Amino acid sequence: MTQQFRTAAGGLIDRSRPITFQFDGKTYQGFHGDTLASALIANGQHLIARSFKYHRPRGFMTAGSEDPNAIVQLRTGSRKEPNTRATTIELFDGLEANSQNRWPSLAFDAMAINNVFSPLLSAGFYYKTFMWPVSFWTSVYEVFIRKAAGLGVAATEADPDHYEQCHEHCDLLIAGAGPAGIAAALAAAATGARVVIADEHPLIGGSLNSERLTIDGKSGVEWAAEQMEILSKMDNVRVMTRTTVFGYYDHNTMAAIEKVNDHVAIPAAGQVRQRMWTIYPKRVVIAAGATERPLTFGNNDKPGIMLASAVRTYINQYGVKPGTRAIVTTNNNDAYRTAFDLHNAGVQVLAVVDSRPNPDEHLAAQLAAISIRLITGKTVGSAEGRQHVAYVQLVSTDGHTSDPERIDCDLIASSGGWNPNVHLHSQSGAKPVYEDSIASFIPGISRQDESSVGAAKGSFHLQDCLDQGHAAGVDAAKMAGFKVKPKAKKVATAKDEGTYAIEALWVSPTPHNKSYKQFIDQQNDVKVSDVELAAQEGYDSVELLKRYTTQGMATDQGKTSNVNALAVLAGQRGDPVPEVGTTTFRPPYVPVALGVFAGHTVGNDFMPIRRTAIHDWNVKNNAVFIEAGLWLRARYYPQKVGDTLDDCYIRETNNTRGNVALVDVTTLGKIDIQGPDAPEFLNRLYINNWLKLPVGRARYGAMLREDGMAFDDGTTSHLSENHFFMTTTTANAAPVLSHMEYYHQTVWPELDVVFCSVTEQWTGIAIAGPNSRKLLEKVLDIDISNEAFPFMAVGECKMNNITGRLFRISFSGELAYELNVPADFGEQAWTELLEAGKEMNVSSYGTEALGTMRIEKGHVAGSELDGRTTVKDLGLEGMANRNKHFIGKHNSQRPGLLEEGRLQVVGFKSLESGRNLRIGAHLVDDSIKLDSVSQSQGHITTTTYSPSLGCGIALGLLKDGASRHGQQIDAVFPLDDEKVRVEICHPVFIDPKGELVRA
Amino acid sequence: MLRIECPWCGVRNEDEFSYGGDATLERPSDDDSIEAWSRFVHTRKNPAGKHTEHWQHVNGCRAWIVVERNTLTHEIYSTAPASPILPAGKKSTRGLNT
Repeated sequence: MTQQFRTAAGGLIDRSRPITFQFDGKTYQGFHGDTLASALIANGQHLIARSFKYHRPRGFMTAGSEDPNAIVQLRTGSRKEPNTRATTIELFDGLEANSQNRWPSLAFDAMAINNVFSPLLSAGFYYKTFMWPVSFWTSVYEVFIRKAAGLGVAATEADPDHYEQCHEHCDLLIAGAGPAGIAAALAAAATGARVVIADEHPLIGGSLNSERLTIDGKSGVEWAAEQMEILSKMDNVRVMTRTTVFGYYDHNTMAAIEKVNDHVAIPAAGQVRQRMWTIYPKRVVIAAGATERPLTFGNNDKPGIMLASAVRTYINQYGVKPGTRAIVTTNNNDAYRTAFDLHNAGVQVLAVVDSRPNPDEHLAAQLAAISIRLITGKTVGSAEGRQHVAYVQLVSTDGHTSDPERIDCDLIASSGGWNPNVHLHSQSGAKPVYEDSIASFIPGISRQDESSVGAAKGSFHLQDCLDQGHAAGVDAAKMAGFKVKPKAKKVATAKDEGTYAIEALWVSPTPHNKSYKQFIDQQNDVKVSDVELAAQEGYDSVELLKRYTTQGMATDQGKTSNVNALAVLAGQRGDPVPEVGTTTFRPPYVPVALGVFAGHTVGNDFMPIRRTAIHDWNVKNNAVFIEAGLWLRARYYPQKVGDTLDDCYIRETNNTRGNVALVDVTTLGKIDIQGPDAPEFLNRLYINNWLKLPVGRARYGAMLREDGMAFDDGTTSHLSENHFFMTTTTANAAPVLSHMEYYHQTVWPELDVVFCSVTEQWTGIAIAGPNSRKLLEKVLDIDISNEAFPFMAVGECKMNNITGRLFRISFSGELAYELNVPADFGEQAWTELLEAGKEMNVSSYGTEALGTMRIEKGHVAGSELDGRTTVKDLGLEGMANRNKHFIGKHNSQRPGLLEEGRLQVVGFKSLESGRNLRIGAHLVDDSIKLDSVSQSQGHITTTTYSPSLGCGIALGLLKDGASRHGQQIDAVFPLDDEKVRVEICHPVFIDPKGELVRA
Repeated sequence: MLRIECPWCGVRNEDEFSYGGDATLERPSDDDSIEAWSRFVHTRKNPAGKHTEHWQHVNGCRAWIVVERNTLTHEIYSTAPASPILPAGKKSTRGLNT
């Protein structure tokens, strides 16, 4: 017989839609509307997990996301998900779940031996036990701990599902759609305010769905469904179910996770599994309800021991009976409802055990009317039984423990009181305060635009929840500027349910005062004795206690246990609870999968990709690409199968140096600068002089940061009067623009100059090599002879129908030009140049050959401009004009930057035939084995094999390098035990006088 | 996530902005000493509380703005254009939490 623990009728499940699922390989049946937990309980399966440390058998303690015990491994294969809560998993056909942290099986777990040796595993045992020797840390201890303390296994395949991120703006966000949240939504929405109401459950209604309550003469379930209908039809309301508001951040920024398709086996095509919401409300109403806390007694972790409210939820919402013979144990009025609901569902209630000597008379009378025994002044001292509760021993709360009364039972419904869910309030930066009348923490003074209502505020009376929700909704609408009509809809009226009263009971006495395991944090196996031990050892502040015992640090964040732990600590210190304080709650409120934080930004979509106008041509011509920041640049062009990187860049370099070749240089930063003060602006940005640069000429410039370090270099051209064109390095294009904007807007706003980035608007093509002039003469309409268009000349030109700009500048060291054309004509210009040069065997070259030629020519670049070098270190100091002001001028003259012994740029030639150099290799004197960085005299910054010189060459930074040309030194790479003898030389390897570029 | 009101674009997310440091420092002149220039770059107060700082709306209108922010609570008291001569630029004192 299946589902033998179903009630005869009732519950929000659909009994006409049976669902088949598996747990630990065994097949079960449940109904649509069940959670995995309720369906297992319907089948009498209470044992769900083994505990983290002692491997004790555990059952369902709650019916919601606060459950510390019911964590299982869900699904299989690439969708395998560890540590999911059976109490929140909506049942679907074909669901497969497995218990975790047990071997070989859940019923017989070999690691349960830990339970016997538990005295060795007390608080702080990791710190005390796994200390010495150090060599055991990784080889023995870690291996052991990982094996013993595993919590499920993550999938090893890529996640096949999609996740997305959305943003929402609204006047009011309501976290929680119980009675208080619904009332707030109705009130605010009636004014026209834009309202978002979110709830983690698939249905709105909160406690209305799990209790037997009456509003406006209807059942709570009916009333909630009607409001859902009303709210979801309003254009200004977004009702978000299966959505948990999990984070409250600065400036009222909220985060929520919507589990769009976790309740089906596989999301339908084109659908996301989960969605992350960032919500920007003007005001937040926290209607997150409250969480019940258990009483703390001996063996209080056994399967069959549940929160009193969870028992009601299983009966009323899911139509399952969590037991057949029940004990209700409490210190407050609320748990009496459990006795009534159990009785109503036909479960035998053996007794209500109230720790208070004088409980509520009205409730006592109600119990008497249905002949349920009421035991007062006593509480459960211990629960007994092997893998399930078999009986309890009752003790007197006055300390009389020597003759415990035994009652046989299979269900203990336990209530130690209610804790308002102050998590979001605390996350907002506010401090919850202790409230004696409910023996728990309630929200304190708001620090952001939020208020808590209903149970989240410590008000457990249904009419109070409705009233507070309504008032908060009206207030929020008013604050957002909406008019509230005097005839605003009346607040709903709840049937009176009596009042809430509690007398705190933090730890029960044990039978015969014997030692029992009394669990506080069941997920991390923290016991009363651990908290006491921590306090004795001096970890008596709440923050220390938490870290020493791991109390509240499991995936449930101590939702059911933190207040109990705090009270035990207070008792140990002899202080009242409020003096011990409370810990700060941090997001997320519930565990959130990493995938949803990443959203769509995975793989190729991780960052935007920038492509130049030549990109499609590059793809068609088999270019191998390299990432340069966000840009994709052609690195080299294989010509036939088997062409290696070396084959390609050497061929491309040789064709440039010996003939002519093209390279796409679009990625260089380009900034268009205009205005009468443009020369003065440039004069202050660059270290060199710009006031007298004639129209039609370019100049190489270097700029510093304000601290005097080299920042960037490039050429800037004078295009026409008041019009300049700057280029920056690819890497610094964005920082240079920001830098210019900073000085223009905040330091020198009086300068009449404007500028903007035109990097994307122009395609840049460098035409380099001794035959470059010959090639360009075929296609351009202007005279580019050396006399008419000398080195550093700039001018407008036409190539067929394309108007462009020609710059006679060279990065390769060869006779070279850079042609800029509007980006729309980029590919056309590129292919027309290649076509025109076909007969002279023009080729394209990539960044690898570009880099090789820049090293041969000794141009410094990003690897030398590393933020720690000055222009003096780079050998560019001669450019600086100290008769004017420029950024970084004074700070570049600080004494430490001028001293001897600084690293300076030099070149290196490998003296060992066939051996190239390594970037990052350290430079050390002969015969020193590098074992300390202090012995290093510098390092190699960039390397290549030089086709022109026929050996490995490099640039690097070497102590006093400028004066050491001609000496020899070792370049060592200790990671691979490499050592290469090198000669120090001038960084310009070819054409030191620059005759080629001027030819 | 901070929400910063750009005087030109309105309230925007923090990730549209980049931080530009203390806005109260006075830049020395060309005649000042190396020590004065070094102090200008390297010596900073670290106030716990109200701080006046530069931010750039770098993924927006690219204006540099002056933000008065509380370093303890992240409350933003006001935002204004950094440039004294940019047009209109009314100083915004609308708290972000009201």
